[in-house]
Amino acid sequence: MPQHDVLVIGAGLAGQRAALAAAETGASVGVISKVHPVRSHSNAAAGGINAALDPEDSWESHAFDTVKGSDYLGDQDAIEVMCREAPDEVLRLEHLGVTFHRSDEGKLGTRAFGGASAARTYYVADITGQALLHVLYEQLMKHDEVTRYEEWFTTALARDDSGRLAGAVTRNIRDGSLELFTAKAVILATGGNGQIFNPTTNALICTGDGIAMAYRAGAPLMDMEMVQYHPTTLAGIGLLITEGARGEGAHLLNAEGERFMENYAPNKMELASRDVVSRAEQTEINEGRGFPDGTVALDITVVPRHRILQSLREIVNVGRDFAGVDITSEPIHIKPGNHYVMGGIKTDIDGQTDVPGLYAAGECACVSVHGGNRLGANSLLDTLIFGRRSGVHAAQMGRGMAQPTPAGSELAREREAIQSIISRDRSGRRLSEIKAEMGKVMDEQVSVFRDEERLRGALEVVKRLQEEVKTVAVDDKGSVFNQDVLGALELQFMLDNAECIVMGAIERKESRGAQFRTDFPERNDDEWLKHINLTADGDIPAVSYSDVTMTQWEPEERTY
Amino acid sequence: MSILDKILGRDEEPADGDGPKNEAAGYTLKIRRYDPESGETAFWHEYDVDIAPERSVLDGILYAKDHEDASIGIRCSCRAAICGSCGVRINGKSALACNTRISDAQAKAGRGKPIVVEPMGNMPVLKDLIVDMDAVHWKKIQRVVPWLLPDGEPPEREYIVPAESMIDVTQSMACIQCGVCVSACLSLEVDPEFVGPAALAKAYRFVGDPRDGQTEERLRDLAEDPHGMYDCTHCFACIEVCPKDVAPMDQIMRLRRRATGDYEIKDKNNGYGHGKAFVDMIENWGTLHEAQMLPRSFGDGSMIKGQTEPGAVKQLVEALPTAIRGLKSGKVTPKAVLFHPKLPDQDNVRKIYKAIESQGERLELNLYIVADNSADEEGAMAEGTKEGLA
Ligand SMILES: Cc1cc2nc3c(=O)[nH]c(=O)nc-3n(C[C@H](O)[C@H](O)[C@H](O)COP(=O)(O)OP(=O)(O)OC[C@H]3O[C@@H](n4cnc5c(N)ncnc54)[C@H](O)[C@@H]3O)c2cc1C
Ligand code: SF4
Ligand code: SF4
Ligand code: FES
Repeated sequence: MPQHDVLVIGAGLAGQRAALAAAETGASVGVISKVHPVRSHSNAAAGGINAALDPEDSWESHAFDTVKGSDYLGDQDAIEVMCREAPDEVLRLEHLGVTFHRSDEGKLGTRAFGGASAARTYYVADITGQALLHVLYEQLMKHDEVTRYEEWFTTALARDDSGRLAGAVTRNIRDGSLELFTAKAVILATGGNGQIFNPTTNALICTGDGIAMAYRAGAPLMDMEMVQYHPTTLAGIGLLITEGARGEGAHLLNAEGERFMENYAPNKMELASRDVVSRAEQTEINEGRGFPDGTVALDITVVPRHRILQSLREIVNVGRDFAGVDITSEPIHIKPGNHYVMGGIKTDIDGQTDVPGLYAAGECACVSVHGGNRLGANSLLDTLIFGRRSGVHAAQMGRGMAQPTPAGSELAREREAIQSIISRDRSGRRLSEIKAEMGKVMDEQVSVFRDEERLRGALEVVKRLQEEVKTVAVDDKGSVFNQDVLGALELQFMLDNAECIVMGAIERKESRGAQFRTDFPERNDDEWLKHINLTADGDIPAVSYSDVTMTQWEPEERTY
Repeated sequence: MSILDKILGRDEEPADGDGPKNEAAGYTLKIRRYDPESGETAFWHEYDVDIAPERSVLDGILYAKDHEDASIGIRCSCRAAICGSCGVRINGKSALACNTRISDAQAKAGRGKPIVVEPMGNMPVLKDLIVDMDAVHWKKIQRVVPWLLPDGEPPEREYIVPAESMIDVTQSMACIQCGVCVSACLSLEVDPEFVGPAALAKAYRFVGDPRDGQTEERLRDLAEDPHGMYDCTHCFACIEVCPKDVAPMDQIMRLRRRATGDYEIKDKNNGYGHGKAFVDMIENWGTLHEAQMLPRSFGDGSMIKGQTEPGAVKQLVEALPTAIRGLKSGKVTPKAVLFHPKLPDQDNVRKIYKAIESQGERLELNLYIVADNSADEEGAMAEGTKEGLA
């Protein structure tokens, strides 16, 4: 039974940053990840990380952009913390070895990003997330007081008799053994849930495991309806073309060759907030001004070639390898696609959830700094700031505390659940078919434009699939790298996430940020300037509300 | 197209499946399966998959998992050559499954033949296409002290460093630790202790980083390790297979140039002598005088002139079987040891040397930016042309 002061589940940027911060206080730390840490999805972040580091810039400006970007649903205390601490965090990472882009004078250099009033995005070519993740992993290799459980899959959280978080049940993927880990504090840093949708920019591992586990353990989920559709994804496979492309000056064109953003955001044009640009594109497509394959075009050829090769290399490769297009010489077809979940496990500014001893940070958490719409390059920042804060707080909280004792039944229950999946004979559909149906219904009915009727339809499908997955069988009957049985567990996690997303979307009867209800097309501050919280409660989640924290910015109309 | 193909101006073979885009086509994947729990050895199984020609081999494998047998083991996540999970060998060549187009793989396999997919080489197989990266790849990464070791306390703000130096190390930073080069490396096959292409590229990420304070120690360590930077045989395999254009062999050459040029580290592996002999010979003859390579490497001059350093004699004797094999096979003739023709335009070679030596600092290629073979952009190409000479 492995024991730690702090147990971090997830080793993307949030998890690694939390582990490092906790270890630096002297706590014993375990980090669990279902894939090798550098395979975590944070490595896909191309564009960069925001910080008001330039003396000409100010954290207030960054904070205001974030508040406005969130469509006023972000909690302003949390946003202030994030933006104020951003410059030091970026410097810290620079000192640890991140090879940030430099200006001619050798100082940190920036690029422009959407929804921002200053160029404050720091970057490493277009591999920012990868560079940050690998540098943090270098530090984990250096700090041997952090124990890494690489390729271990957490299946459930465990509580003690008082209801306090006490550990987690985890399967060693290499040999199939199941262990109960105990810890004084558990930090969930399990990332997003994009795989619920098909297509998505998210990797195959982004299945919302931590969000579902926290929900099952009684923690409320907040603003789950807020799902970001990114304006520039490849049709079909959903791979992302970074916002950095528009940051470098690329244009969006409809099939008539018109730079249509003029009609939607005359000032910011392509660099308006993501929800705004995605809706503009979808409107063009729906009204027949898109290409026959349901796309519009992104024209990067207007960016100087040398600049493209220097800082957008990754998408040159993506265009070439995955769409057969040389983006330096021709426009590429793109459409809005699932990308990010703003909602998640409700936490305070130190990462604490409503369940004592349970923390969450990164994309699985909802602090909330992103509110209804996340600005580009604010997520990496979120993972690092709140990863660090959770790590520090969890370590301090555990100091002097006795090791808790999990109530005991969890390990046996999980073992039995896994065994029953493995030993079951096939009847009914394959896992892949259930997943495909979920992905399709979510993309068709719970995406850029939503309405009550189609949301209700989606909820029905999700509820049906939740039943179906309870009896699903798998092909792999082994113990070593049984990815099939893990797939079954992930699908259950995803369906819980899907249910909460749809529930939140039905509940929120207004249009704000990423949620656009064609039946309630206006933002309604009088009734809906509040968070929607969902708590597990038998068959359907219980709904409650909490206030949005305001400090210095009153809601205004949002134009770009 | 691999970098090597680009350098050599080789054109890609035409893709199979000439049907229109986005239309599903039939392919057969022949996958090497291994179940460690069965007590049986590995076996082959063929899977028919129906996917569009521009989709990847990984999509093909996922198709087989989704439709036929979900127990096929393969690590994968991003589907976009970013996470580094899906290294395999396709038709014998190490590659990422997710950025190998299935129609290209079919073309390489030949019409009507199955596409052969096996686990990576040089690492133990755990199950099906999953290998033990920890036992080999990550152990080697750990070997090169893979974290920044700056001198003293960090500055209040950022370290001020030349913009180019950051771009320069970003090429090795672009490594996704997929292990594909490790799988392909010939030296590793012969000497499993070799630190290997990925770890040496990682080492350059620190050696080339002006913020690191242990440059000389790092170089000395890797020069003196008999399995270190001089254990590479310049076979180009790692450059050819690397999906991220990290060009590990180039990074190894830069380590060597740093070690010999900047720090004059005379290692016991005699890499310094070897490198110097190489450069001197090209300056004199324009081509490699293979028969003179061994003696010159081990002494500071030609064996014939009797200038071999005493310390190197032992190693030279150890290397004699190679020389004798060379003589026997006719690759090295006694005459060739004594006479080596000069290139007709040897004067031009000398000029290139002069031009390079007159530069204040050594010029390094940055393939990372020059990832393109068109020459329309001054800024980016300038750097490339320079190295073309070095
Ligand atoms: C294509 C793309 C580009 C992006 N670009 C940007 C950008 O430019 N700027 C920006 O700010 N943001 C960007 N984002 C968003 C940002 O990358 C992510 O939100 C962020 O990296 C999430 O980090 P994380 O640490 O929360 O989770 P992740 O990095 O996803 O890590 C999750 C971790 O949890 C582990 N895990 C999950 N479930 C389990 C389980 N059951 N058991 C054990 N371990 C588990 C995984 O193994 C992994 O280690 C981008 C996102 C995408 C998809
Ligand atoms: S060039 Fe050197 S490092 Fe690269 S594969 Fe060949 S022997 Fe290995
Ligand atoms: S150098 Fe290239 S092939 Fe080798 S591990 Fe890195 S990315 Fe993979
Ligand atoms: S799946 Fe990530 S590199 Fe291939």
